[in-house]
Amino acid sequence: MDRHRDPLSARAWRAAAFGIPLAFLLFFFLFPLAKIVARGLGSGGGESAWSVLTDASTRDVLWFTIWQAFASTALTVVVALPAAYVLGRYAFPGRSVVRAVVTVPFVLPTVVVALAFLAILPQGLQRGWAAILVAHVFFNVAVVVRVVGTFWARLDPRVTDAAATLGAGPWRRFREVTLPLLAPALTAAAAIVFLFSFTSFGIVLILGGPSYSTLETEIYDQAVRVFDLRAAAVLSLVQLLCVGLAVATTTRLEGRLAVRGQLRAEHDVLRRPRTLGERVVVVASLGGLALFLGLPLAALVERSLAVGGGHNLDAYRALMQPTASLLATPWEAILNSLVYATAATVIAIAVGGLAAFAIARSRRGRTRALDGLLMLPLGASAVMLGFGFVITFDRSPIDFRSAPWIVPVAQALVAIPFVVRIVVPTLRAIDERQREAAALLGAPPSRVWREIDLPIAVRALAVAAGFAFAISLGEFGATVFLARPDRPTLPVAIFRFLSRPGELNAAEADALAVVLMALTALAVFLVERIRVRRLGWF
Amino acid sequence: MTISYKAVLALFALALALAGCGGNGGSPTDVVLVTHDSFVVPKSVRQEFERKTGLRWKILQSGDAGEALTRALLTAGNPEGDVFFGVDNNLLSRAVAGKVFDTYTPPALKQVDSAYDLDSKHHVVPVDHSEVCVVYDRSWFASRHVAPPRHLTDLALPRYRGLTVVENPATSTPGLAFMLATIARLGESSWKGYWQKLRANGVLVTDGWEEAYNARFTAGSPSGKSPIVVSYSTDPAAAVYFADRKLSRSPVGVVRDTCFRQVEFAGVLRGARNPSGARKLIDFMLGRRFQAGMPLTMFVLPTRRAVPLPPVFTRFAPAISHPLELPAAEIGANRDHWVKEWTDTVIH
Repeated sequence: MDRHRDPLSARAWRAAAFGIPLAFLLFFFLFPLAKIVARGLGSGGGESAWSVLTDASTRDVLWFTIWQAFASTALTVVVALPAAYVLGRYAFPGRSVVRAVVTVPFVLPTVVVALAFLAILPQGLQRGWAAILVAHVFFNVAVVVRVVGTFWARLDPRVTDAAATLGAGPWRRFREVTLPLLAPALTAAAAIVFLFSFTSFGIVLILGGPSYSTLETEIYDQAVRVFDLRAAAVLSLVQLLCVGLAVATTTRLEGRLAVRGQLRAEHDVLRRPRTLGERVVVVASLGGLALFLGLPLAALVERSLAVGGGHNLDAYRALMQPTASLLATPWEAILNSLVYATAATVIAIAVGGLAAFAIARSRRGRTRALDGLLMLPLGASAVMLGFGFVITFDRSPIDFRSAPWIVPVAQALVAIPFVVRIVVPTLRAIDERQREAAALLGAPPSRVWREIDLPIAVRALAVAAGFAFAISLGEFGATVFLARPDRPTLPVAIFRFLSRPGELNAAEADALAVVLMALTALAVFLVERIRVRRLGWF
Repeated sequence: MTISYKAVLALFALALALAGCGGNGGSPTDVVLVTHDSFVVPKSVRQEFERKTGLRWKILQSGDAGEALTRALLTAGNPEGDVFFGVDNNLLSRAVAGKVFDTYTPPALKQVDSAYDLDSKHHVVPVDHSEVCVVYDRSWFASRHVAPPRHLTDLALPRYRGLTVVENPATSTPGLAFMLATIARLGESSWKGYWQKLRANGVLVTDGWEEAYNARFTAGSPSGKSPIVVSYSTDPAAAVYFADRKLSRSPVGVVRDTCFRQVEFAGVLRGARNPSGARKLIDFMLGRRFQAGMPLTMFVLPTRRAVPLPPVFTRFAPAISHPLELPAAEIGANRDHWVKEWTDTVIH
């Protein structure tokens, strides 16, 4: 019946794929952000916009923000590549467990991780830029391992095999064959890591100590502590400009780097490590990563068990009891988190999925602009966006300030860029000849899309859904602003416990963090299990 | 698993439909309290208010004290609720200048100790107070046979070198209170000299209370290294109340000489949708039931006279009868440049 569908519906479909994400972003992101920035620029008092811009301390903050973001990104890629290689080339028992576990650090609230780092770092290394970089790598390694690893597992190994036959050594094969093929996924992952490091907040506050600040922490200080909204607005614009530049560069790069070639099914690519050398590579790369990621996580687990001088499950039992520290029983926070994260994932996959198809199918400027725009929420100041929500959605008919669905919408804003980043490189790599062949055989565009793009995209969408769910579970900056107190999420509840004295409060915070870890790992693992039946093209 | 684009569109339509509903404005049968993260009220107390007045008491928490106040300032005139609770004496001037509140003088104010009634026009009324103090880990000092500090100036002694954690007054409420304590005790002329000595004596500065207490303080974290921290006079009671075992002595001690008074206020928000409900809620918050419940939920002390304290407080938390204070107007006029001077002295 698809054959009878007229081309108009294909055009309508393309318009929807472009228009819906754009409308979502304009309404829920640019509109509130523009309002708060305009309000700040128009407010009296404080320094003039120009003197904020030219202030020596602004320059210092900007310089530190930029170099630490570059350094964090480079380090993250270096640390993550061996594991991405192993996951992209070898089949071994527990592979999906590894992929799930590696995601855990990414969703933990930064304050929890920072405190765990303080517990394990030697005294001399607890403060300063080195501690900040190490923590950024810890958080973001998952992005590179997963995005690049997933893409790597679809690259035809015969290409490198051919190069080997022609006498290219392993380094040359990597540099001249694999790296160019990986480049789009690598750029996408690096862009995300860069944005996260660029706008890092909790890590810089705690592991940097009072003498280090990024644009994000400075915006927060100006808006909340000094209440100089004009300075906060100016700095937000500087931040947005930097982020915009970074995004424009990477989307351009990504489009140019895309190599159209036959992507293959994972099970054709992956093989068991055969030689002793290969086994050593697998064990060493994964073992090294496990040690790096595992130590802080193990410290967290240990702390959640250390109650009353010994080790026991008291903190976990306490989660079932009402507490004086929270307006809800702690276990209810787990439930709330699951509900919100599910809703946010649905929104993120719907909006981000549509955008990914629009972006991958067209190279026109406007789709590239949409691509860049969707990335911006990752690089915007969470606190300014939060205040923007408060002053924008404050009047009927858009008085959404205390509507419960605003929470997953805000979480989805952060998750959508991941969906786009993960899905677009895969779609772009689809061989145009497949589409042409289908069209030649008489399939209308909608059918081509359904029969060719979608089956390939489903796997990427599944990975994206896992990520979106995990991000929503761990989202703190926007959620703490919007969630109702009697419906706290896990990170919000953790934060409430941490802000009170007493042994049991600290232990319950750690116990909830362990629950968050477990849920994340489980969710990602389950998504990994979704087997896509329709991979007939491969 | 296959997804058709119809399903995708349907899901989005559903999301949009959800967007259409929701959005509660708060009707005259609701009264909405806007406050910070630390606010907790037991269900039974909440229900008593609802039973007495026939109103539904909703709570909206909007970040820490600074974030909540910023939100209230941004929405002044078109507020998110009816009552705001949680502005303290250190930030009171900013809230009043921002025209956040309408004035209201509740009858119950007569029962409140006038020492806390710092706003003569009654934009806000005092609901609770707490004292920010230097506290220490008792067993750390006992096991090393070192006497714990007794005075503010002790912290600069070589004996306590590298043992103290304070919060940054630019980013933390207790940090700000402690900086003000040093100004109140040592005077405008010599407080910076004291901080220079503290810095030379290896004081550690954190941006927030959470890190100071839960990661740096030896009695707050097994990996902590500092047995002295700036926190609250009620900590000894909290340490007993939130302990896993029954304790006969609190693990935390208070340096009484260092305490600075913090008063938290509540007021009717200007432009409230339910102003009469708001006034009822403020009356209730100054009432005996609510005031008596605050210590064990928020670990703050009542401003109302003759409210009995829970045994864990009378037994373990020291009463600070003469804390350090500075006039709210003086704090308002000088806060920002003091913080800047502090940053130049201690950080740069």
